Amino acid sequence: MTEILLGAALLVLATVMTGLARVLRGPGIADRVMAAQLLGTGGIAVLLLLDAATGTPGLADAALTLALLAAFATVALVRGAPDDGGDPPA
Amino acid sequence: MIADLLIVAAIVALALPVVLGRSAFTSVALFVAYGLLLAFAWVRLDAVDVALTEAAIGAGLSGVLLLGAARRLAGGPPVEDAPPGKAQVALIGVGCAGLAVALGAAILALPDPAPSLAGPVMANIAALEVGNPVTAVLMGFRGLDTLLEAAVLVLAVVALWALAPDAAWGGAPGWRQPRAADGPLALLARVLPPIGVVVAVHILWVGADAPGGKFQAAAILTAMWLLPWMAGIAAPPPISRAWLRILVAAGPVAFILAGFAGSALQGAFLAYPQGYAKAVIIAVEVVLTASIAVALALLVLGPPAEDRDA
Amino acid sequence: MTLLVDVFTVLAVAAGIVFFIAGTAGLIRFPDTSSRLHALTKADHLGLGLVVLGLLPRAESLGGVLRLLAIWGLVLVSSAAAGPMLARLARRGARGG
Repeated sequence: MTEILLGAALLVLATVMTGLARVLRGPGIADRVMAAQLLGTGGIAVLLLLDAATGTPGLADAALTLALLAAFATVALVRGAPDDGGDPPA
Repeated sequence: MIADLLIVAAIVALALPVVLGRSAFTSVALFVAYGLLLAFAWVRLDAVDVALTEAAIGAGLSGVLLLGAARRLAGGPPVEDAPPGKAQVALIGVGCAGLAVALGAAILALPDPAPSLAGPVMANIAALEVGNPVTAVLMGFRGLDTLLEAAVLVLAVVALWALAPDAAWGGAPGWRQPRAADGPLALLARVLPPIGVVVAVHILWVGADAPGGKFQAAAILTAMWLLPWMAGIAAPPPISRAWLRILVAAGPVAFILAGFAGSALQGAFLAYPQGYAKAVIIAVEVVLTASIAVALALLVLGPPAEDRDA
Repeated sequence: MTLLVDVFTVLAVAAGIVFFIAGTAGLIRFPDTSSRLHALTKADHLGLGLVVLGLLPRAESLGGVLRLLAIWGLVLVSSAAAGPMLARLARRGARGG
């Protein structure tokens, strides 16, 4: 069973990384912000599967922290996004 | 092994656009994702404590801090530095490559097994009555380092406030956010903080025996405090408030008092009385958590600004 | 009994992975940002829900069960809130460099 759960964790990780490769290409700001959201949700699944497989203490709490703060990151980024194309002149 | 390669490849793939990106906002957005990835790397290295910190700081606070910096920079006069010449670029490249090679060589030159104090820590951990070796090191064996770190946070807040213009002195820190009276952001700002406080208390409490502890809990509390501010439905307290200043200083002061109590009772600074070690450690950690949370929030918010709408 | 639990876990986790893969497929195949946002916020969170469901019977204590449910609940609430905000950002047509 441990191997199955570890394999599942690896599969989710690979899926998330594939999605990440797409998100990185953009083109819009929203696409880039999605990277945080994608890694948050996928990362929680990976951490929970690892926790069930290995029982390492702290993994479930790390997943809980991510669940709480991945949304915070998205909110902060959307709130701080420049209003129109690109950044204000630097 | 495949997982490690995937994570390393993703870290490099994210790091490049963070450094090379033309827009400050895109760099910050990807840097937040980069922080989440680093947390996975720490999990793979069996450093769950560090992973928790990275998740809390990386996802929660550094993004807001950097966005604030980008905002301030955008408001100022344009930077008129000439772009670096070819020789300068080459020099920077050589310097970075040299540093990378030196670091790699240093890691490869480590004796096998690497020198470690893990053994002595585990042999003496029973004296502190806590189950988490990281907490034992931070609060016990290297307690002085942690005390100085906590003091550095207070000094950082003082230094940041020193940047405030005279006219703004005593005002509320940070810039004013446009108000989101209803909608998704207002919902989150009302629903999330109570849950977040419970999670922070949980993380602080389990920190004695499992990964977690004051710094992670404080980072979560800070994020929960900043959420209503970001939604524009609550303003941070003015920095002239006495309770705010007392809170910032309370953690290090409590730590120092516990240290002197050790001098008086046990004959050594920061020595914990036998049988009460865990109680003292947790009491100090609770006060430190509150102090660190407030200090982190004030650092992210920045100094009070004269033009509050800027 | 343990066999039954194992079968349940494998089935639910496998179904969850299907949704994660579907979400990533959508992320890659969909032509515009708003559609990609659908793929991300809906499929991935259903996938996470199924993974949580599969792991529930393996939790060691009641606290563990509650923590799993809290994680899923938090993700649902926060992504439900983050989704529209991201969509609005996408509609503003903001472009990064």
